[in-house]
Amino acid sequence: MAVEARIPLARPAASSPADRARVRPRSLLVDDWLLLGGSAAGSFCLVWVLYQNLAAEPSVAGFVVWWFVAFASMYWTSVFRLQGRVLATDRLMSFVIAAGAAAMLVPVFVIMGFVFYKGAGVITPHFFVETNQFCGQLDGPKCGGVAHAIVGTLEQVGIGIVIAVPLAILSAVFLNEVGGPLRRPVRIFVDAMSGLPSIVAGLFIYAVWVIGLGRGFSGFAASAALSLLMLPTITRTSEEVLRLVPDGLREGSLALGGSEWRTVWNVVLPTARSGLITAVVLGIARAVGETAPLILTAFGASVMNANPLAGPQESLPHFVYQYIHYNPGSAPYQRAWAAAAVLTLLVLGLFAIARGLGAAMSIEARQRRAARRDRRLAKREAAAALSQKRAAEGAGPS
Amino acid sequence: MADKIYRGMATGSGLLTLVILCLIGVFLVIRALPAFRQMGFAFLTTTKWQPDGLTHQFGIAALLYWTAVIAVIALVIAIPVSIACALFINEYAPRALYRPLTALVDLLAAIPSVIFGIWGFAFLEPQLVSTSSWLDQNLGFIPIFKVESGNVAGSAFIAGVVVSLMVQPILTSVVREVFSQTPAGEKEAALALGSSRWGMIRAVVLPFGRGGIIGGTMLGLGRALGETIAVALIISPSTIISIHVLQSGANSIAATIALQFGEASQQFGIPALMAAGVSLFAVTLIVNFLASLVVARSRSGRGVEI
Repeated sequence: MAVEARIPLARPAASSPADRARVRPRSLLVDDWLLLGGSAAGSFCLVWVLYQNLAAEPSVAGFVVWWFVAFASMYWTSVFRLQGRVLATDRLMSFVIAAGAAAMLVPVFVIMGFVFYKGAGVITPHFFVETNQFCGQLDGPKCGGVAHAIVGTLEQVGIGIVIAVPLAILSAVFLNEVGGPLRRPVRIFVDAMSGLPSIVAGLFIYAVWVIGLGRGFSGFAASAALSLLMLPTITRTSEEVLRLVPDGLREGSLALGGSEWRTVWNVVLPTARSGLITAVVLGIARAVGETAPLILTAFGASVMNANPLAGPQESLPHFVYQYIHYNPGSAPYQRAWAAAAVLTLLVLGLFAIARGLGAAMSIEARQRRAARRDRRLAKREAAAALSQKRAAEGAGPS
Repeated sequence: MADKIYRGMATGSGLLTLVILCLIGVFLVIRALPAFRQMGFAFLTTTKWQPDGLTHQFGIAALLYWTAVIAVIALVIAIPVSIACALFINEYAPRALYRPLTALVDLLAAIPSVIFGIWGFAFLEPQLVSTSSWLDQNLGFIPIFKVESGNVAGSAFIAGVVVSLMVQPILTSVVREVFSQTPAGEKEAALALGSSRWGMIRAVVLPFGRGGIIGGTMLGLGRALGETIAVALIISPSTIISIHVLQSGANSIAATIALQFGEASQQFGIPALMAAGVSLFAVTLIVNFLASLVVARSRSGRGVEI
C-alpha cells in the first residue's frame, strides 16, 4: 500500500514502461530529499530556539540529542502523512540505527582526541628517557619522565608473551588439529577463562607467588598475571586462524607420508603464520593496557628497576592510575595524562600492526591477489589469441 | 613416537586452562578461609566493609548489589546501541565501509580500561552531571531517578555509561557474527514479498539472531561485572544499598579490591579481599559458562561447512 501511494507522487504521468525512468527501490527521489532536508532544517531551528532558552546548562551533546529527537519525530510524521506507516517506520529506523552506530563509534575518536589533547603538552623527548625518581608535586610537569614505566611495561608484557604464546598456540592446535572427546570441554573452559576478571588473575598470582611463595612484588609476577589474561585471547584467535588452513594441505602432507607432527609443524603452522602473528599482537594489545592485576603484582615504583625478578616495578598503565589521583592541573596529574597519551599511542601502533598484517595476509586478500593474477593472465591470453586471430585474418584474404 | 609426544603436549596445554581455572578457585578459597571463618554466612548479608575496623565486620552484600547495578546500567545502554551498530555494519553501511567499521569496533575493544577511566571522569562526568540533574528534576518522582543528597558526581549511572562503552565491542562482534549467518534466501524472500528493509530485519534477522543477542549479552555481563579500573576511578565508594543510581556513591567488588589493597592488613584485610575475589570469580565464571553454552548452541550449524 505504501509503495502504491509512492509511485504516483513521484511520477504522475507514466504511460508506457519505456517512458519511465528506472526507479530503484532504495533510491531517494526529489521529494524524499525535500522531506529530509525540510525536517532536518525545521527541527534544527526549533531546537535552536527552544533548547537555548529552556535548558539549564546548554551543551553541544544535549543539543545534538534533542535535535535528533525533534528531527526523528518531524520526519516520521511527514513521511507518514505522505507515504504511509510502513515506509515512515522504515525510513525512521535507518536513521535510528545509524545514530546507534554513531553513538558507539564516535567515542573512539573522542577518547583518543581528548587523551592526546590533554597529554601532548608535556611530552618532550626527555619524557621518554628520564624516570620519576627526583620529581615531586612541586616540580614542573616537565620534570622527569616515564622511562622506568616503559621499561617495566616492555619487560612485563615481553615475559608474559614468552610464557603465553607457546601454550596458547599448542592449545589452539589441540582444539583444531588433535581434538578428541576433550575438545568441547576445553573450548568451553577457554571461553570461560577469556572472561576472567583481570583483578582475579592479579589476586591469584598475589596469593600464589607474592605471599604464597613469599617472593614479594616483582615484574615477573605481573608477567604471570598478564599471561593468564593473554592465554585465552590468543588461543581463541589462533584457533580461528588454524581453521582457515585448507584441509587439502593437511591431506596432501599426510598422503605424502608426513607424520601428524610434521604436518602441523611444516605445513599448518607456516601457512597460518601471519594470522598467528596477528593473534599474538592482539593479545599484546590487550595485555599492555591492563592495570588492575599490576597493582597486586608489580605494585609500582618511581625509580628505575630493570630487574623483573625482584622488587616493585612501574608500568605505563599503573603510572597513569597512580598519578591521576592528584589535583587536576598539578604536575603529577599532567604527567599522568602524558603517560596516557604514550600508552594510547602504543596500543594504537600495536593495533595498526595487527590489522595491517591481518589485512595483507588474510585468506581473502590472498584470494583477491590470486584472482587479480588470474584475470591478468586471462586478459593476456585473450589478447594473444586476438592478435593471432587478427594475424590469421590479415593473412587469410591475401 | 614424535606424534605421541606432540599429541600429549597439545592435549596437556589444552587441559592447562582447565587446571589453571581450578587452581585459581582453590588458591583464592584457601587464602579467603580466615575471612569466611570470621564472618560465616553473615558474609553474604553484611553490607559494611570494615575488615580492619575494631569489630572486623565485612560482607559482600552491598558490593555485589552495586556491581550488579553498574553491570545492568551498562547493559541497558549497550544492548540497543550494539544491536544498532551490528545492523548498521551488516545491513546499512556500504560494502566499502565494512572493514574500517569492524576495525573501529575492535579498536574500541583495545583501548585500555585506565584510559576509559580517566576519560570518564575528566570528560564524560562533567557532561553527564547536567543530564543527571535534569533527570532528577523532571523524572524525580520515579525512585530510580531521585537524587536525595544533591550530589550526582561519582554515581553508578556514570560508571555504568563508561562500562557500557567497554562492553559494546564484544556484544557487537558476537551479535554481528550471528546476524551475518542469517540465510540470504530468507532475507530475499522477505524483500521480494514487499517488506521494507526494516520490515525484513524485524521479521528475519532479529528472530534469527536472538540466541546471539542473549549469548552476547551474557558475555558482556561477564565483562561488566569484572571491570575494575574504570569503575574505581569514577565512583565515590559507598557501602549503603540504595536504589538512587544517579546519586553519588556506588561500589563494585573489583573496584573495592583495587582501592583497598594498598592499606589492607594481612590478618583480616587481605583475606577479606580474597573472599570478595572468590565471589567475583564464581559469579563471572557461572555467567560466562552460560554465555558460551548459549553462543555455541546458536552457532551449532557452523561446524558443518568446514
